[in-house]
Amino acid sequence: MTDSPAGVPSIVVPIRDATDILRARGSARELAARLRLGSADQTRLATSVSEVSELTRNVLQYAGEGHCTIIDASDESRLCIRVVVEDHGPGIPNVDLALRDGYSTSGGLGAGLPGVRRLMDEFELSSRPGHTRLMIAMTRPRVSSA
Amino acid sequence: MKIPVLRLGAILLTSIQVDLTDTEVMQFQADVLSVIAETEGRGLAIDITALEVVDSFMARTINDTASMARLLGAEVVVCGMRPAVALTLVEMGRELIGVETTFNLDDGLARLQRKIAQRGDNALAASGSS
Repeated sequence: MTDSPAGVPSIVVPIRDATDILRARGSARELAARLRLGSADQTRLATSVSEVSELTRNVLQYAGEGHCTIIDASDESRLCIRVVVEDHGPGIPNVDLALRDGYSTSGGLGAGLPGVRRLMDEFELSSRPGHTRLMIAMTRPRVSSA
Repeated sequence: MKIPVLRLGAILLTSIQVDLTDTEVMQFQADVLSVIAETEGRGLAIDITALEVVDSFMARTINDTASMARLLGAEVVVCGMRPAVALTLVEMGRELIGVETTFNLDDGLARLQRKIAQRGDNALAASGSS
């Protein structure tokens, strides 16, 4: 994927149906476990990936294809897991509205997004017809293993 | 993936042990409701000890299932939520889980029997105790 500098490990999970969401959140959880994040952070991340993949899948009920990219963006000072979901569906007509608590259309478009925003350290959503991109990241200070 | 619904006297017992897709969650809801109706179960315990992720869809479906079961005439408890799941749901905000919960299945069954007894279904509650 283009989103990460060369050499940074990333996993790309295509999002086509409901089982892909389980695969995406499983991969995110595995990475979190590998980076030794605690069980609360593993669950925060896996739940967030579930919600954002859901957004993509709901968009895809209409058209297009999407994918979820999970990136280990850690450096010397901190652990960072970045997740990008992108699709080429019709887009979200009103992004501000989609981020409001309690908002959803077609029974769940982005119903969990306000919650994800609270769980994650970074959150960026942009959408136009033909391209929706949502980036979330969880960052934690590195605990010295001395 | 079909989630079995076990009958223990007047109480129905179900345990979600694997991650479910949204479609499977909806199937679970339909299955549980039809077993409640068929057996006239007075109580339903949903064990989620094994679940590591409860997202907003799952949470909403559990809430809805509980409301529907209550409309049919059954009491509902959700048992064994993991601390990380509780933490995540609360941080996500909103009233994601509005169901009665207990630490474990043991407590859940006791709670159900008490509730069933309270509303006057004594005979059934007694037959439900093991």
